[in-house]
Amino acid sequence: MNLRIHIPEATEPLPSIRTGNGLLQWISSVDHKQIGIMYLWTAMIFFVIGFVEAMMMRIQLARPENSFLSPEAYNQIFSMHGTTMIFLVLTPIAIGFATYFIPLMIGANEMAFPRLNAFSFWIFLLGGIILYFSYFAGGAPNVGWFSYAPLSEKYYNFTPGVDYWALSILLMGIGTIGAALNFIVTTLTMRAKGMAINQLPLFVWMIFVNAFLILSAFPVLNAGLVMILLDRQLDAHFFTTSTGGSAILWQHVFWVFGHPEVYILALPAFGIVSEVIPVFSRKPIFGYEFIAASSVAIVLLSFGVWAHHMFAVGLGTTFGAFFAATSMLIAVPTGVKIFNWAATMWGGSVHYKTAMLFALALLIDFTIGGLEGVGFAIVPVDWRLTDTYFVVAHIHYVFIGAALTGGFAGAYYWFPKITGRMLSEKLGKWHFWIFFIGFNCTFFVFHFLGMLGMPRRVFTYPDLPYLGSLNMFSTISAGVFGISFVLFFINIFWSLRHGKKAGDNPWQAFTMEWLTTSPPQLKSYEKVPLVKSRRPVWDLDHPEDPDWKRNQKPKTADHDQE
Amino acid sequence: MMYFFVASEAFFFLALIIAYVYYSHPGGKLSDTARFLDVKKTAIFTLFLLSSSVTINVADNRLKKGNHKGMVGWMVATIILGLVFLIGQSLEYAHLFEIDITINKNVFGSAFFTLTGFHGLHVLIGLIVLSIIAYLIYKDKFNKLGTSALESASIYWHFVDAVWIVVFSVVYIGSII
Repeated sequence: MNLRIHIPEATEPLPSIRTGNGLLQWISSVDHKQIGIMYLWTAMIFFVIGFVEAMMMRIQLARPENSFLSPEAYNQIFSMHGTTMIFLVLTPIAIGFATYFIPLMIGANEMAFPRLNAFSFWIFLLGGIILYFSYFAGGAPNVGWFSYAPLSEKYYNFTPGVDYWALSILLMGIGTIGAALNFIVTTLTMRAKGMAINQLPLFVWMIFVNAFLILSAFPVLNAGLVMILLDRQLDAHFFTTSTGGSAILWQHVFWVFGHPEVYILALPAFGIVSEVIPVFSRKPIFGYEFIAASSVAIVLLSFGVWAHHMFAVGLGTTFGAFFAATSMLIAVPTGVKIFNWAATMWGGSVHYKTAMLFALALLIDFTIGGLEGVGFAIVPVDWRLTDTYFVVAHIHYVFIGAALTGGFAGAYYWFPKITGRMLSEKLGKWHFWIFFIGFNCTFFVFHFLGMLGMPRRVFTYPDLPYLGSLNMFSTISAGVFGISFVLFFINIFWSLRHGKKAGDNPWQAFTMEWLTTSPPQLKSYEKVPLVKSRRPVWDLDHPEDPDWKRNQKPKTADHDQE
Repeated sequence: MMYFFVASEAFFFLALIIAYVYYSHPGGKLSDTARFLDVKKTAIFTLFLLSSSVTINVADNRLKKGNHKGMVGWMVATIILGLVFLIGQSLEYAHLFEIDITINKNVFGSAFFTLTGFHGLHVLIGLIVLSIIAYLIYKDKFNKLGTSALESASIYWHFVDAVWIVVFSVVYIGSII
């Protein structure tokens, strides 16, 4: 099939109402910018819900033997919190930014398949609504975000919660696969003239390789979800151990998806940081090739590490040793990235804007989270700490420390482009410091709680030494952490009306999205320049010293020496 | 696009096939239930599905030469061949139901019906897509883009056939050796 089909300008108007700003326009839109914004709104709304759930858990855990929540309510809330934050907050942050900025960054006016784009978003949102509908249909899912069988089977689980859980994630999976297909084809076929594949902005590159990860991980999960639905609805026997099924197969299927999912959420954040750090260091990125290649290494390796979630199953020494080795190996490409970002700042003139501060926080917090991961790869350590609060600390250091922090870096960096106004730097700095301190205080003590043996997912705990005081400290810190998000929302709503006008390129950034107006018109580009380097906007702004000329100089020098 | 889509679908079927291989051998040897599968009949119906891959290629060639009538004829042939395959699968299911082998009978039944059922569903979706495309091209609603639409659909169709070759080998040939 020829991928480079020439799609002529639409002669009939696309099915969106261009005049006015009614609700109908958003609902019927196939414009990638509007769909991207809707993804980001979805993420923010579900974030508020997920955070309220988190606070309810923290209040319940503030004191030993507390009775704020019943055990049953607690089970539902931690399951919904995990599922919401992973599938309905971090995923749409990544996909939302990608949907908005991939076409802009490669100089295209649309995604390759605008209608598929709208379909992906709406089927995704439908999944989210179905998940929360379970509350009205007899009970939310209550078996955690990975729904281990046979606990999730209907012999043990009578409410329809798990059915809604499986169905909603199935739909969100379909939406995410659709988005990934769109990213791949858009990146392959719609690049501006002259832009070679090794001149892609790193954010686009990360989303591009990430899309392959989505295409291979989500279908496996979907197969598992289908099996669990058949088990529950048609009395099949896949995971019912009493009739010959295998509960461990569910664990394999889930983690074959689940571990790549960590990288599916982390890679877009790495991409954002790879854009932010060079711009605010006033230097080109250090080691572009290494960052790009290490992303591919992460994608490939992430399929060989899933069973480190299953060391406690007892799969055998050889098995354990293999997955311990691969899990340590995957830290190498991740470490390569950290060093490259640090080296980008080295000798640059670093501007500590809020976006840059969040990027730096990612370096710190994700390094902590990553090192814990290496620790967990050691099988006996895992046996000691698995299913304790140490794991809860780890997942939050990776998901908040990388994915959410990266998302905030992107929000401060790209808000001017999306809305035409700057976010307040003053409020932003407050947001950042309260966020950074609140986050670390809330979750760092989880390490100690885990080492003291406090199990995760249990609605309360006995009054043992330190447990009460550490938990109380964490709950208070979580309240502080919550204030930072209030500041962020205030900042958004205030800046939308009163923010400083941004202009086309407020950060003097290097990539193509800053060429068009802020906010971009429905048709983003009337014409795009011929791309000759990785920093096309730098080339335009500095005609006396463009990258493509500079890159040629050393080559000729080499020839002279020969 | 279509290549990436079928690659993604391949992972879905891969998971189902792995589950089937695992569950069809409880305790390390083939489940007794597997003996009730009708290999010969299914082999014949398999030939119908495989030949539909040839006819859709011919239809594609006819379209590229601008021969719309020929295209429609070969598309109809493709659709009929696919339908025959689905009828064969229904007969097989009816036969199994008669002797009380269902999805909730045992783990073999669960894995067998899930794998072959999802394949059948893909064939059915393929037939619907092919019918729509054939109709639209015949009515000339597509202009030049019709060739790439048919090309995409035929990639999907070949993929469905290829999956069946694997499923047939694993499930049916696997049940007699």
